[in-house]
Amino acid sequence: MSFAVETTKLTKRYGSTPAVDQLSITVREGEVYGFLGPNGAGKTTTLRMLLGLIRPTSGSLTLFGERPRGLARVGALIEGPTFYPYLSGRTNLRVLADHAGVSRRRVDEVLELVDLTDRAAEVFRTYSLGMKQRLGLAAVLLKDPDLLILDEPTNGLDPAGMADMRQTIRRLAEDGRTVLLSSHLLAEVEQICDRVGVLHKGKLLIETTVAELTSGGGSLRVTATPADTAYTVLTAVVGADHVHADNEVFELDVPATEAARINAELVAAGVSVSELRWLQPALEDMFLQLTGVES
Amino acid sequence: MTTAIRAELTKQGHRSASWLLLGIGTLLTVTFGYLVPYVGLSDGSAARGLDAMLPGNFVGAAVGGLPVFVGALALIFGVLVAGSEYGYETWKAVLVQDPSRVRVYTAKLATIAAGTLTGVLVLFTATALCSVGVASLEDQAIVWPSAVDIATGLGGAWLMATMWAALGVALAIVLRSVALPIGLGLVWMLAVQNLLAAIAAPLVPAIADLQKYLPGPNAGALAASLGASPQAPGVDAIVGAGHATIAVAAYLVAFCGIGGWLLHRRDIT
Repeated sequence: MSFAVETTKLTKRYGSTPAVDQLSITVREGEVYGFLGPNGAGKTTTLRMLLGLIRPTSGSLTLFGERPRGLARVGALIEGPTFYPYLSGRTNLRVLADHAGVSRRRVDEVLELVDLTDRAAEVFRTYSLGMKQRLGLAAVLLKDPDLLILDEPTNGLDPAGMADMRQTIRRLAEDGRTVLLSSHLLAEVEQICDRVGVLHKGKLLIETTVAELTSGGGSLRVTATPADTAYTVLTAVVGADHVHADNEVFELDVPATEAARINAELVAAGVSVSELRWLQPALEDMFLQLTGVES
Repeated sequence: MTTAIRAELTKQGHRSASWLLLGIGTLLTVTFGYLVPYVGLSDGSAARGLDAMLPGNFVGAAVGGLPVFVGALALIFGVLVAGSEYGYETWKAVLVQDPSRVRVYTAKLATIAAGTLTGVLVLFTATALCSVGVASLEDQAIVWPSAVDIATGLGGAWLMATMWAALGVALAIVLRSVALPIGLGLVWMLAVQNLLAAIAAPLVPAIADLQKYLPGPNAGALAASLGASPQAPGVDAIVGAGHATIAVAAYLVAFCGIGGWLLHRRDIT
């Protein structure tokens, strides 16, 4: 299997404080990899090291199997879009295209891709946050990169903008590009990513698929009346340790396959069941569980 | 490299501050080189004679501001070229497109060289036109300096302006900002240099000797050798033209080196 990104014991220290500590991750070609962790976990520092903006204290990294000698196949957006405020969107991209060694003709293509052609002549400082983010994505795409490194790509966007950005990222991945994105929004990673690396205090807690991460846990939610009869039946069927009651709402630590049997027992006891629903474990719960173990 | 230089030139060309600096430098040079002296001449109280304003001496008028006030404007230009990348947080945007810091930095140096050359050419054109105007008003013959003198003047002026701009670039990279490098640079050029020359040097022989190796006094000596009036701020032939040229060129190389070395070795955070 070939990797777009591979780090081995990558470490960055500021004085004696490790910002990133012995980090080993692999991002497979063609996947969307989520780098998950709270603020200060070391996500941005890691991404900056991948891009050569920060030199690692120790460890090594490869991009597409080689030590990075350039970023010709990489497009990146780090800590939000930054541009020259007095230049128009189009001129900003022309400047960056010149730095990238890309033809200026590519500018109009990427403006079209992010739907900014109509506003490209306007000065960057007048752009809304959503437009700035789209211009940032246009800059990422200038080199038609194979690997996209996106740091908190939906940060600051409104819900519609977030949904739009997530859709765009998935579309780019479907075109065969590899995407490495960082986020502290757990639901976002769950929606977009194929695999995830969970980072906390500079250390990798786990690297796995989102499906594997969420395969354990989960609970069955039951809403039933009368509550006291329902509680009696449920504790008898699954055991008191597995029943968490909140008035008429019960969350049961049981496999999803138990739902039909539990429903039948409740109905047989004269209990009215208004809700019976399997709750997927939230990635947030997983994250807190993992970091809780760590701390 | 060509496209990197084009990128930097685009940034500066679209920036009104760059043109404002050029306009102020030209206005100051014309005002204090021609307008004020000519008014003084008309009043009969001129400290400078008519000769200094005629075409034969326009090179001296053009370079007279470079040791101090036009030099200060060149320093601000240098700070803006490099320091704005910190202010706008655009280093990362540039370096993820082109991770070669050497190439990006070289493009910036080429841009300040192009900018100062433009500025020097505008100053020479403005002073030449003013000198023709004065000659016409005073019914004097228009006699130009030799081509060699003009070329030498242009070269010396470009060297001084680029040296000050390179100091601005170096200060911007050392301090990773815009405001502080401009503030400190101006304090050095407008206050400390004058204090050293006017107060410290006459009292302390060691400081008088030190003056011969500082950038400002050497720029002043170079300007003096090119015909600038000794009444202009900072213009004083304390060393010969050869010494001054070598010193200013050495400072140019040193400032470029310091900025490049720091940019290369530091993290972009």
